[in-house]
Amino acid sequence: MNYRGPFRVRAEQRPMPEILHPEDAIIRVTRTCICGSDLHLYHGMVPDTRVGSTFGHEFTGIVEEIGALVTNVKIGDQVLVPFNIACGKCNFCKQGLYGNCHESNSMATAVGAIFGYSHTAGGYNGGQAEYVRVPYANFGPTVIPADMDPDDAVLLTDVVPTGYQAAEMGGIKEGDTVVVFGAGPIGIMAARCAWFFGPSRVIIIDHLDYRLEFAKNYAKCEAYNFKSMPDPVLFLKKITDWYGADVCIDCVGCEAEGNALQTFTGKITLMQAGSATALQWAINSVKKGGIVSIVGVYGPPFNFVPIGNVLNKGITIRANQASVKRLLPRLIEHVQSGRLNPKGLITHRIPLEEVSDAYHIFSSKLDECIKTVLIPSTKH
Amino acid sequence: MKTENFDYKSIPGWGMDMDPENEPTYPMKNYTGDDHKRSEYEKSSQQPVDIEVLKSNERPTYSAVFGSSVPPSGLSGMIRRYAFKHSEDRYRHWIPLIIADRVNAVEGIFEDLKKGTIPNILAERGWKSELKYNPAGLAKKVFVGALVTSFVITYLARKKG
Repeated sequence: MNYRGPFRVRAEQRPMPEILHPEDAIIRVTRTCICGSDLHLYHGMVPDTRVGSTFGHEFTGIVEEIGALVTNVKIGDQVLVPFNIACGKCNFCKQGLYGNCHESNSMATAVGAIFGYSHTAGGYNGGQAEYVRVPYANFGPTVIPADMDPDDAVLLTDVVPTGYQAAEMGGIKEGDTVVVFGAGPIGIMAARCAWFFGPSRVIIIDHLDYRLEFAKNYAKCEAYNFKSMPDPVLFLKKITDWYGADVCIDCVGCEAEGNALQTFTGKITLMQAGSATALQWAINSVKKGGIVSIVGVYGPPFNFVPIGNVLNKGITIRANQASVKRLLPRLIEHVQSGRLNPKGLITHRIPLEEVSDAYHIFSSKLDECIKTVLIPSTKH
Repeated sequence: MKTENFDYKSIPGWGMDMDPENEPTYPMKNYTGDDHKRSEYEKSSQQPVDIEVLKSNERPTYSAVFGSSVPPSGLSGMIRRYAFKHSEDRYRHWIPLIIADRVNAVEGIFEDLKKGTIPNILAERGWKSELKYNPAGLAKKVFVGALVTSFVITYLARKKG
């Protein structure tokens, strides 16, 4: 996959990745996904996304080659690779903040390193390819359990941990009402995972009926289309006894719809780091003293967010990229026990060679697309 | 809508990850109290810096490993080099990067042409899937595009005449 500029990607032959550090491995990709956050790159929203980059931070594969110091995996192992690149040794990694590793991104300090996610996130090529360089192979790549479906495994690289951590950061207590903004794959997964923490209601908000219908069935939650209501914040207040939700989760990020001013300043003119409509609604819909959890991706410059309301309402905001490696043992257990069915999110399986169409389908919400898996066709 | 009689506790996994300690805690719950020793860890060996890497000026050294997918080049590279002279706190870091990305997209077209490749921009934008799944929308876009083009041509022709 080769990015050529906003809304333009293509499949073409690229040079084979090489071992550049003794802790690197080269992985032959067996499955890779297009993530909703890849669309921010595809739409040109993330600074320092260079032409010639390969995207893709969700992938599984077979270890093809290892560096001199790699002992944790061996050639031939089938592995899933967490989307964040982490050393496992620095002070942040020691705290379990694997999304904030200090030894993998020279280009920025505010962002950890992510496969195929611009030079702001480290300048690594991603997994929407036949082969990919995986740094810190002693830490990141995790051998896929023998009894695990490969489609479940690939979703454990990002969607499931990010959805789960979104719910976890909400500090959900028994009986809570949780509102999830965005019924994309992460939002749907966050709504599903929220039940693990014991709420009495989980509500999801989006603007596309097909996604809401999917969310209702998959995540067993209430689902509402904000286009059918004059004011979503007022609506959410009304259905929560006029107090607001206990926990609001932003799974949308910088390309939110629903507010003309945010759209103009954030999406059209890029005067701020994307439209912060979902975050604005989350802050204004949560109860006083409530928790807002953010996993939606925003750009690095400033955003118009109602920070005064955060202060006046005493809201706790918790946000981060998911620390995949920390969550994997628990999530593998949930999948193996049948409590979670990640592959149920997959609606499209497309050969990697058709990556241009795959991006367009997902970006334009064609064919009721929820989650696309790309498969390098020559390998299967 | 909320179903009053629905037993939400029957949802597989309901409540099993409840953690009374998880009150705005993570990542603080793993805080070790030894932040003063934060530089004392066994760092991996340094990846050789044998290409141009634009390093954030908010850190003194390169990270032990880094990505090397597309080194800066051309006009966009010059703009990026300027951006990296400023910290991540400054607009003069981020705005030039966004401009450089746009310049880079144009450079990419010239790069293709230089290699003898005429980029198939329609295919790169996924027109085949648009034709398959949204033919009416595509027809509308083509119609509007043709209409705007003909207006512009007519206007310019009149101005010339």
